[in-house]
Amino acid sequence: MVFANMLLVFMMSLQFGMYGLMIDNSLKLFTGHMQVQAPGFNDEKKMRQTVPDILPLARKIRERLTPARVAARGSTFALASSKDRSFGIAILGVESAFEPQVSSIPGLVKEGRYLTSDNAAEIVIGEVLAKNLRVRLGDELTLLGSGLDGSFAATVVEIVGIFDSGVKDIDRNVAQIPIGLFQETFFMDGAGHQVVIAADDRDRVPELLPRVAALLPASAGLVVLDWNQLQPGLKQAIQADMASSFFMYFVLVILVSFSVLNTQLMSVLERTREFGIVMALGLKPGKLGRLVLLETAIMGMMGLLLGALAGGVLTAWFSTNGVVFPGMDEMAAQFNLPARMYPKVSLTTLFSGPAIVFVFTMIAALYPAVRLNWQKPVDAMRVA
Amino acid sequence: MTAVRCINLCKTYRQGDVDIKALDHVSIDIAEGGFVCLSAPSGGGKTTLLNAIGGLDIPDSGEVYIDDQRIDNLSKGDLAELRLRKIGFVFQAYNLIPVLTARENVEFVMQVQGVLKHDSADKANAILTEVGLQGLEDRRPAEMSGGQQQRVAVARAIASKPALVLADEPTANLDSKTSDELMTLFTELNEHYNTTFVIATHDTRVMQYAKRLVRMLDGKIVDDIDQRAA
Repeated sequence: MVFANMLLVFMMSLQFGMYGLMIDNSLKLFTGHMQVQAPGFNDEKKMRQTVPDILPLARKIRERLTPARVAARGSTFALASSKDRSFGIAILGVESAFEPQVSSIPGLVKEGRYLTSDNAAEIVIGEVLAKNLRVRLGDELTLLGSGLDGSFAATVVEIVGIFDSGVKDIDRNVAQIPIGLFQETFFMDGAGHQVVIAADDRDRVPELLPRVAALLPASAGLVVLDWNQLQPGLKQAIQADMASSFFMYFVLVILVSFSVLNTQLMSVLERTREFGIVMALGLKPGKLGRLVLLETAIMGMMGLLLGALAGGVLTAWFSTNGVVFPGMDEMAAQFNLPARMYPKVSLTTLFSGPAIVFVFTMIAALYPAVRLNWQKPVDAMRVA
Repeated sequence: MTAVRCINLCKTYRQGDVDIKALDHVSIDIAEGGFVCLSAPSGGGKTTLLNAIGGLDIPDSGEVYIDDQRIDNLSKGDLAELRLRKIGFVFQAYNLIPVLTARENVEFVMQVQGVLKHDSADKANAILTEVGLQGLEDRRPAEMSGGQQQRVAVARAIASKPALVLADEPTANLDSKTSDELMTLFTELNEHYNTTFVIATHDTRVMQYAKRLVRMLDGKIVDDIDQRAA
């Protein structure tokens, strides 16, 4: 029981730690914890669904929402052409000074540097896109797209940085340019598409959301979306994974329960003669049954506490040193996870699994306890 | 006053394809303070009768009364309560709890009765001294001789001062000297506390101590002798 509880604590801690990492890494890479957008933009991504005067708005939120980190973005699609090749990609106009606070991409630049100005004609692109376009640092790219007013938009930018996010789709399809250049090139007239907000803690989002909403100009009709609305697939994927994991935990709990049933039944059967004697001496079968249940409860409680303790110690060690799954690096990267996982201990992971084992243990002990009511003392005492 | 009354008791066991009548319309009254020996060859029905009187087994038909209370129709819980309050048992195989010491075995019944630990320990020590086991209180059954274990069983049976003691072949595993000591102890308890004794035995030495000798054969009472008169 102790081992099963320890295993449950460790596995649940690892799983919850992994989910936490998956969520945080996904949000850190791109989305942030909240975004201010025009209604419908998250689903339709239309150029005209804009946030007007986006830089003053981002500044206002930044000032009022300390210590949250805030950055404005513009977003569109364009044709990126090198000397040899052309690809359709997503262009993000970013505040170069603030983007590193809401996104991990600036920190993932492997060659060159990140953007340093809000108006310079420069671009950072993903490693796969650089390979596809056959370009290197210092090469020029021509961006062709349509402006906010529907007119033809074009600019030439110099590649100053190449990033490697670990997510092939992003490295293949996303490029970032300064927001000033973005607004000028695509005739945004001071507008943008997203104000990205990163909270100091994911758990604070529900508290911050109404505060951000209160800062928005009433006339603009903007909306604030939290990370769950921005990336509904993330939570769904986690829930689907949790459902399959809980099935596995359920099987484990059932196995433990049957082993307890077997142990308790054997322990009652082995003491049939003693139980017969004490019933003959005047101990009521019901009281004896309650004693068997109490015995199971004490064992179960010790299993719970020792299992939680052992699982907690094991998890605490791995939460510092991490767990490495050899050969899983690429798969982990697809889920925005590092190769080394860090389990996360919490009261939930420490006690929920062992508590369920305890409940099932008590249920399993019911039969051996109730069985005593059917036992005749005179028959029980004859058992060798 | 009648301590035990059995009316028309019948009990049949099935052994393979054969039905064995362990009790065949047995009726008996035992007065309070009686000292009765049930004597029968093996399979004669004496243990079955003892078990029926003690509520350890339920007869197929007939009625059993203890202190004028009918017990054959009581629930298992009520029967246990009756045994706890009114009946002490001495078994042939001692039936001590092997993991408990002599004192703990004697204390057990008192603890189930709700006597405080401190009081029950004192009483257990006193009773063990009374049955001649002073100094052996902390020994477990496996560390004692058969005679000593039987004395612990007697101490346990009388610890709660029951009105009735039922003993099933209490001397079967004892030598003659120890048997005599045990029976002397029973006689003293019977005289001092007016405890009713019903002893199942086929040991003629034990029968000599009884005030009344009831002989059984094939589940029937065939003889009932008042030995005081004889």
